[in-house]
Amino acid sequence: MLANRKLILAHFWLAFAVFGVALTLGAWQMFIRSPIGTWLSNPELYYRSLTAHGTVMGYVFPTLVAMAFGYAISESALEQRLVGVRWAWTGFWLIVIGSIMAVIPIALGRASVLYTFYPPLIGNVFYYLGVVLVVVGSWIWVALMSINLHVWRKAHPGAAVPLAMYANVAGSYLWAWTALGAALELLLQIIPVAAGLKATIDAGLARVFFSWTLHAIVYFWLMPTYIAYYTIVPRAIGGRVYSDSMARISFILFLVVAMPIGMHHTFGDPQVGAGFKFIHSAFTALVALPTLLTVFTICASVEIAARLRGGRGLFGWMRALPWDNPMMLALAFSFIMLGFGGAGGLINMSYQLDASIHNTQWITGHFHLIFGGAIVIMYFAIAYDLWPHLTGRELIDLRMIRTQLWLWFVGMMVTTFPWHWVGILGMPRRMAYFDFGDPAIAPQALSVTLSAIGGFILLTSGILFLVILARGMRTPQADAGPYRFALAVHQQATVPLALNTHALWVALMIALTLTNYGYPILTLALTEGTSVPAVFVGAQ
Amino acid sequence: MSARDLFTFHNRHFRSGVGITAAILIVTAIAGFIVLPFAQPWVQFANVWDAICSAAGVPQRAANVAAPEQTRRLSEVVLTSHTLSRPSQEAIGRGATLAQRCAICHGPTGISRADSPNLAGQYAAVIYKELHDFRSGARTNAVMSPFAVNLTDQEIADLSNYYAYLPRLPAYHPTPQLPKPNIVIYGAPMRGIAPCGSCHGALDNKTGSPWLEGQSEAYMKAQLQAFASGERRNDISQQMRNIARAMTPQEIEQAAAYYASQPPDVVKAVD
Repeated sequence: MLANRKLILAHFWLAFAVFGVALTLGAWQMFIRSPIGTWLSNPELYYRSLTAHGTVMGYVFPTLVAMAFGYAISESALEQRLVGVRWAWTGFWLIVIGSIMAVIPIALGRASVLYTFYPPLIGNVFYYLGVVLVVVGSWIWVALMSINLHVWRKAHPGAAVPLAMYANVAGSYLWAWTALGAALELLLQIIPVAAGLKATIDAGLARVFFSWTLHAIVYFWLMPTYIAYYTIVPRAIGGRVYSDSMARISFILFLVVAMPIGMHHTFGDPQVGAGFKFIHSAFTALVALPTLLTVFTICASVEIAARLRGGRGLFGWMRALPWDNPMMLALAFSFIMLGFGGAGGLINMSYQLDASIHNTQWITGHFHLIFGGAIVIMYFAIAYDLWPHLTGRELIDLRMIRTQLWLWFVGMMVTTFPWHWVGILGMPRRMAYFDFGDPAIAPQALSVTLSAIGGFILLTSGILFLVILARGMRTPQADAGPYRFALAVHQQATVPLALNTHALWVALMIALTLTNYGYPILTLALTEGTSVPAVFVGAQ
Repeated sequence: MSARDLFTFHNRHFRSGVGITAAILIVTAIAGFIVLPFAQPWVQFANVWDAICSAAGVPQRAANVAAPEQTRRLSEVVLTSHTLSRPSQEAIGRGATLAQRCAICHGPTGISRADSPNLAGQYAAVIYKELHDFRSGARTNAVMSPFAVNLTDQEIADLSNYYAYLPRLPAYHPTPQLPKPNIVIYGAPMRGIAPCGSCHGALDNKTGSPWLEGQSEAYMKAQLQAFASGERRNDISQQMRNIARAMTPQEIEQAAAYYASQPPDVVKAVD
């Protein structure tokens, strides 16, 4: 029962359209700084492209996917029409306007600050205002998710909230709270300088604010993927969720511990005390827990499907899985990339190990593998799964879908593995140019070339994805029936209060933010003489 | 079912949720603020409180080590976004009158015939900084220093605005334009040298960096060598000295020759 298909489709199409543009820019960047590209002699163009790529891929694309998926979940899991459709459209248009507002200064070369802002670099004020509008648009979605759940609860007192919606609202609360860090940085620090009201900026404080957002944002990106693991994959391959409670606990853990860990991004920063770095490091280790729980639960759920299909033996059941089902394929690829990416993440969060890869290409490889790989491949799967319900038409060419998923997986491996490797060799990130003629880095030319080839495989896959979706708008009409989510092996009629509501976990999330961020932010804000002159991009 | 049933120690989920979170926080805090600081034998703490403050990053006064005496003056120029904004016609006129005494070296139209810098159309911030530095002694030159030493702040600002106002004319001895050498567009990343063009134009401009197109080759070479030898030291944070020291004599030649051969009208109009 998807009543507001147009709303959901609009979000998806905008998301995938900007994704296509940003993906093209990404491939071009890989090419132009690799030994096979002829250097265009202008790093400014490179950073312009990098800023656009990051801003779209980091803020616009995943937010729109989460919103579209969230609206779809709200309507289908709760089986009630979306409350506040006008507000939802307002949020959508805010994102459209914000994106345009941000992209124009980037294209003009007035905001080449990268999506992580990097104060004291300061770009055109409209770039930041655009990003703020995107975030405000998404906050409307957060409010709507909460309101829709509230309305449903009133109509169904005491009933168990469907897992998909429970997780969806958890994700929206996480986003609301984590986006606050970057919002504070923008509103209190960067925008006053960009608007010409101040000439200096406390770069250290700004970086701490950004770390508040920077890590948990990854878990916000991850939420749709995990929701798909739990609530779509088992149904699509003919199985059941091994444990509904385990799923809820995983999402709760994300809510509580994804937030107070961002300072592992500032291990190299002198303005943060080592004690706080340690606490953040320890809590980052904890965030591996919900992922391990998820991997266990999903593997068990998949095994159920395999055994239902006649699979036998300790590992022999794997052969019985429906490997020609795109959802199965996407899950397997996603897990492999999550495994490698997660292992790399454990290195990043370790205070000492981080020292050897901090600010190297390893980091870029890492987040592309996790986000671009494990997460985005499930975005594709979500789109494929929802498309027939949104368009009322069937996606016929499964072979093409499988090819697309294969290409994305292979492309991501070919791109990110050499990327990690050159990072270990010490190649710094955020560089527009490398002189591969220099004997010191000439041996890395091969790895970087491979990486660039991977970039083009990804581009091919991305184009194929858009083609499949576009063709899916033209196939003959077919009723896909109501959109359903996976059922648990033991479907519970009632769920303990703590696992059916978010209040306790949101309270813990806020409390941990105060304990882990309160003191560093307060001291930095109250210490005199910590500001430095702003460096304006494209200004003389 | 209400919040009251949840936020109470009678609820076991509340008990375990809050309890486990608090326990982890306390254990990690003890490890991070007490155990680990003392595990560093090379750091001495007076007491536990001292260790906690250190790990928390409490700003501390540095030990009683006197800052090294500066034997030479450093640049003290402060430029805010209002210092040189919107000059009046009157200010430019005052600058023009003052500039008559500069003409002997820098040329009556701001184009030098004496291997001094061409000032016509140079960024106001650049002239402002250099005049301040000559006046304070952060930069010295036997010919230039006496001219600058008696200038007032107002006169320096007027002169800067006047020269920035003049049109950029072609250099006096135009030569065939040379192709961009690597040092200008790539720098030398392995030696930590940013491309010249990323601050001095061609790629980008940074506040306080002059555009160099059409300047005297001999002058630019002399300045790079002066930075490399440490004879000139009015660059903030040693940024030019670090670059010039790492440049090879050949790169210095190439950069100077390249910029000298460019007509100043290619300078990007960014202001």
